[in-house]
Parts: sequence; structure tokens; C-alpha cells
Amino acid sequence: MTDIAIRVEDLGKRYRIGEGFGAYSTLRDRIGDLFAAPVRRLRRRRGMEAGDPHPPSAVRGPEHIWALRHISFDVERGQVLGIIGRNGAGKSTLLKLLSRVTEPTEGRAEIYGRVGSLLEVGTGFHPELTGRENIYLNGAILGMRRAEIERKFDEIVGFAEVEKFIDTPVKRYSSGMYLRLAFAVAAHLEPEILVVDEVLAVGDAEFQRKCLGKMSDVAQQGRTVLFVSHNMSAILRLTQETLVLDGGRLVLRAPSAQAVDHYLTSGLAQTGERRWDPEDGKVAAAAPFRPVALRVLDHEGRLSGQVAAVDGFQVEFEYELLEDITGLRVGIYLGTSRGEPLFTSFDTDDPEAFERHTLRRAGRYVSRCRVPGKLLNGGRFLLGVNASSYRIRSYFTDEHALAFTVDATGAPGSHWPEHRRGPFRPALAWEIAEAVQ
Amino acid sequence: MSATAEKKPPRSLVTVLRPTRGWGGVNLAELWRYRELVYFLIWRDVKVRYKQTLLGAAWAILKPFFSMVVFALVFGRLAKIPTDGAPAPIFYFAGLLPWVFFQDGVTKAGGSLVSGRNLITKVYFPRLAIPLASVVAGLVDFALAFLVLLAMMAYYGVALTGAGWTLPLFLLLAMATALGVGLWLGALNVAYRDVGYVTPFLVQAWLYASPVAYSATLIPEGTWRLLYGLNPMAGVVQGFRWAILGTGAPSWEFLGLSSLVSLVLLISGALYFRRMERTFADVV
Repeated sequence: MTDIAIRVEDLGKRYRIGEGFGAYSTLRDRIGDLFAAPVRRLRRRRGMEAGDPHPPSAVRGPEHIWALRHISFDVERGQVLGIIGRNGAGKSTLLKLLSRVTEPTEGRAEIYGRVGSLLEVGTGFHPELTGRENIYLNGAILGMRRAEIERKFDEIVGFAEVEKFIDTPVKRYSSGMYLRLAFAVAAHLEPEILVVDEVLAVGDAEFQRKCLGKMSDVAQQGRTVLFVSHNMSAILRLTQETLVLDGGRLVLRAPSAQAVDHYLTSGLAQTGERRWDPEDGKVAAAAPFRPVALRVLDHEGRLSGQVAAVDGFQVEFEYELLEDITGLRVGIYLGTSRGEPLFTSFDTDDPEAFERHTLRRAGRYVSRCRVPGKLLNGGRFLLGVNASSYRIRSYFTDEHALAFTVDATGAPGSHWPEHRRGPFRPALAWEIAEAVQ
Repeated sequence: MSATAEKKPPRSLVTVLRPTRGWGGVNLAELWRYRELVYFLIWRDVKVRYKQTLLGAAWAILKPFFSMVVFALVFGRLAKIPTDGAPAPIFYFAGLLPWVFFQDGVTKAGGSLVSGRNLITKVYFPRLAIPLASVVAGLVDFALAFLVLLAMMAYYGVALTGAGWTLPLFLLLAMATALGVGLWLGALNVAYRDVGYVTPFLVQAWLYASPVAYSATLIPEGTWRLLYGLNPMAGVVQGFRWAILGTGAPSWEFLGLSSLVSLVLLISGALYFRRMERTFADVV
């Protein structure tokens, strides 16, 4: 028998957008409408009498958008559930609903236990107050009792490494210290259910590592955690199961590896080619660089969504320069379908090549590279592209441009029909010799 | 259905989230659970105010003090408005004490939700805690100014009357009125920022409609005086002055009407606030 911590049934949230009638932004509109409404009603009636087929446009209602709709799922007690999706997919709205910041428009949710929400670190921090004062204030805001804060005070200060500055106003803190303190308070919250949004996306690498460590501690203590992140490796590390949201709908609930794979590769062409629409905002913003297409070609130069691990393959990036660009480098990212980066390579990584192509004239180009055979393991991979001038400008980046499959047939060691771990399966020059006694 | 019912763990705290409509009651039990947060919000308001300003706590005294000087000059010396026979400085200061408390409470509570936007959009707690803390935080200023009043009374040789015990009651009435009006303005301000511009005018007009710069005894007795009691601050200020100076005793009907109006403001404000509360995070 399983214990349910959260049960969500057909939950939906609608927001009003735009400045249509009904979306009053100032009192003036409201008062204006107060007088306009009877006139409009009168006019409409007259219009009807006159057989006017077009009612005045002003009677249309305000425009609404469903940020989230028809969401149903259960979370078991002690489960760590990930939530992923593109921007605007409804992840944050879902967390806001579950942490009661805002009310649902329809449906219901039942939550069994005390909820702590962490939609932001340092909520309610006041710059004029000292570190000590802010710990108490922030703790209270997050729902901690005063006695609880007192008990954990030293631990919080120790975790944040701000012992020396605890009686200094936080406005004099460095941004790193501020973040550490803010996270430390939140990390010592001990609710039965923890709801976390992207808080790990801030701070430097070391801080992020520390946060992730703390998060997995929390997960191991048997608490229920809902965790929203764009960081796929964090999702894979911390969660067993993940929800994928898209356009306000729940599209998939699956073991995290599968969910991440789905999220990263869904919507990507499997044909071995990705073309960019010149009308696309992101593409237009990259001017004078203009991406045209990214292709994966098999060893015979044919466009293919599937390549053989033994043969190697080619990656071809076609682009156009609308003006001359100095110091341009065009390259690819290769990563697994779980979002783990494998390598980055640029067309001018070779210093001599960089010298030769210091200035690239306006025109259409293809940058092509060969990925050797007997390097990658079988599986799905993701290609990304980047075009930038080092330290001057990054023109265009698309980290998830194209997905392709590598077929492991004939790869090193395939006479043992077993699954090999890891994204690589290189043929290494082994030597077997008798050990010298 | 029974299978799913069995799954539910027997835990004390079950929260059900669903859309609510119409006028809900005010959840005082929940507000009580969050009393520590209310305390910390009050504490923050007080602490920050005194930290950010150069003169800090002195402002609590200077504000009513300067107003008293101006009133004594303009209304006392120039306009020669009678002060019911009491020394002018004490007459004005005694009226200004509850008034400044009310004015600060209304202004701060009215703007509290907008300035507390980052809290409202990120964490759940009864939103009532924010305007409540703004009003209650004013008590600290009030206490400091009250000490000055006591010093002035000693200087002018005015002894507290036997009615001094009613002071806390009048203070309570001022608090209820400030909270009632503050809840209305605060909730309205979230949706219509115009309220932020209207508040200063409203407060100023209210000042002249209250017996701060003059005595309520100037209003003709009978029906007119009674109607004057419709302004709850008239009851508060006049009562305050009576408790301290023993002059211009307000009638029971007058005080009753003031209390009633104050109560109506408080309850309607709380209900309106509750109704609007659920959209705060989306609109603010």
C-alpha cells in the first residue's frame, strides 16, 4: 500500500492577458467602462433592431490563456519527482499552485503534509538587515518556527560560510555570500513536502555543487520533493520519475532518463537535417550570421538520421554571412539524449586554420567535420551549434538542434551481445603481455 | 472509490486546493497559526524604518511635534480657534497622537501589498498578515510619542483624568479603523494603482473632517454632532482628548456611532480583502 503525498486532479490555471475590455489596468478604464456599458448596451439593441449583423467589437470579452490545463497526477510519499518543459510550458505555474501562492481556476489538488516552497532563494531578504536578522525573517517567511530557526541557526551560518559577517547588513555582502546565506536558510527548511523551482540555476559552479549535494541529502531523508529544473543532469541525478509539460499540458510521466530523452528529442527532426526558418526571431537576431541547415551525413555522404558506429559520419553546418565577420568560429556541440555534454568542437580550433580564416567575407559557407568511427557507443545523440567571435559576440547558439541515432552494430566488443555503459565505445590499442616477474 | 480512500494517509494536515468563489469568511485560525510571521513582519517594519533614517526613532516624535507647532500657530494664534480651555500645545498634541497613528497605518497598509509584491508572488501565507503588520508596527511610534505627551503634561501641570483608563479603548478603535480602511485601500491598490495617488488626498481631507485642529464641541450639539460621529476618527480623537484633558466629553451615542462605523469598515474591509486575496499573486 502506497502513501500519497500529493494528488492532483484535472488542475487548470487561466490567466487574463492583454488589455481587452474587462482587463482594467487603471481606475480610469473602469470608470470609463461604467459609463460606456449602458451606452454600448443601448447601441447593441439598436443595432439588433436595425438588423446589424456585426455587433460592435467592444463587446468581446477579455483574452484568456490557459497556463496549465487538465493536469492530473499523484506523488507518493518520499518520492522525488522532476518537472521539465520548455519556457512557458507551465512548470512554474504548477509549482505556484501547489505552494498555494495562487489559486487554481479549475480542478483540485490534495496535499497531505506541510509544504515548504522554494520558488526563489532569499525571498523577503531585506538589504538593511543583518545576516542574523535576515535568517530569522526569511525563516519565518518560509514557514519555520522561531524555536526551529534558533536550533538550526549555527548550522545555517556554517553552511553559508558567513560566520564573520553575520552581524553585517546583507547589502554589504558579496553576491556569492548573499546567495549562500539565502540558500542555507531554505536548505534547512524541513517540511514533509518540498517544492523547488530552479534555485540551483544561480551562483557559481562550486555553490551549485553544494546545493545539489544538499538537495540529494533532502531526497534521501525520505521527504517528498517536486523539483523543476532546466538542468537535465540535476534532474537525472536527483529524481526517479519526471513529468514533461508542454504548452500547459502534461505530455509524459516516465522514469527520468526516458522523460529527459523525450523532452530533448521531441520535436526534433530525425531525418538527419535541421533547417532554420529565416523568419524565426532567434535566427533573425543572429544577423549578420544566418544559420541555414545542420546535417548529419553517413560515411558515404548521404543524409541520414542513423549512422553506424563503426564507420564514423560527417556533420555539416551551412550558414550565410550577411556581412564580413572577423574572428568567427563555427562549431558543434555533441551530447547524449539525456543532456550530458560530450564535446565541443570549432572549425578554427587549429591555430593555423584560425589564422587563415581570420576574416570571413560575406557569403554562403559550409563548415564540415568528420567524427571518426569506433568512437561513439550506440544510442541517441544530440547535436547543437554555436557561431561566435571569441570575447566579442556570440551570434547564434542552438544547443538542441538535431537528434540522430548511432547504430552499434560491429562496434568494438560487439561479439558479446551485451549493453555497454557510457556514450563512448572507442577501439583502444590494447596490448596483452606476460607480466614481468 | 474506497480503494483511493484507503490510500490516504492519516495525517493531520490536509490541504485541498480548489477554486473558490464569492465571499469567503476570514480565516482567523490560520492567521493565528502564522502569528510568528506577523510578529517578524512588524519587527522588520520597525527595524528597517529606524535603520534607514538618520534620526531613526526621533521621527516618531518629531512628526507629531512639528504638526503641533504648526497647528498651534495657525489655528491657535492666527485663527484663534478655542481649545476648550486647555493649553494649546497639549490640546493639539493629544489630538495628533491618535491621528498620526491612524494616518501612518492607513498609508502604510494601503501600499503594503504592492511593496510586498515579492513575498506575495513567491510564498504562501495569509495575506492579511501584511497590512496587519503595517498597522500594528505604528504602535511603536505611538508609544514613543506618548512619552513626549506625558512629559508635556508634566511641564504644563496637567494631570491625567480619571478617564485615562479609556485610552487603550480609543487606541483600539483607531487601530480597527486604520486596518479597515487600510484593507480596502490595500486590496484596491493591487488592481488599481491609482489608489496610491488618491490616498494622500483622502487622508488630508479626513484630517480636516476630524477634530484634530479644532474641538468637536464647535459642531452644534444634537443631530449635527451625532452625524459627525459617523466619522470614526471623530470619536477616536475627541475621546482621546477627553481622556487626557477631561474636556469636551463625547456623548455615548456619538461614541457608539463611531464604533459602529469603525466595525463596519473593518468587517467589510476584511471581507473585500478576502475576496480579492486569491488574485493578488496574479495581478500585483
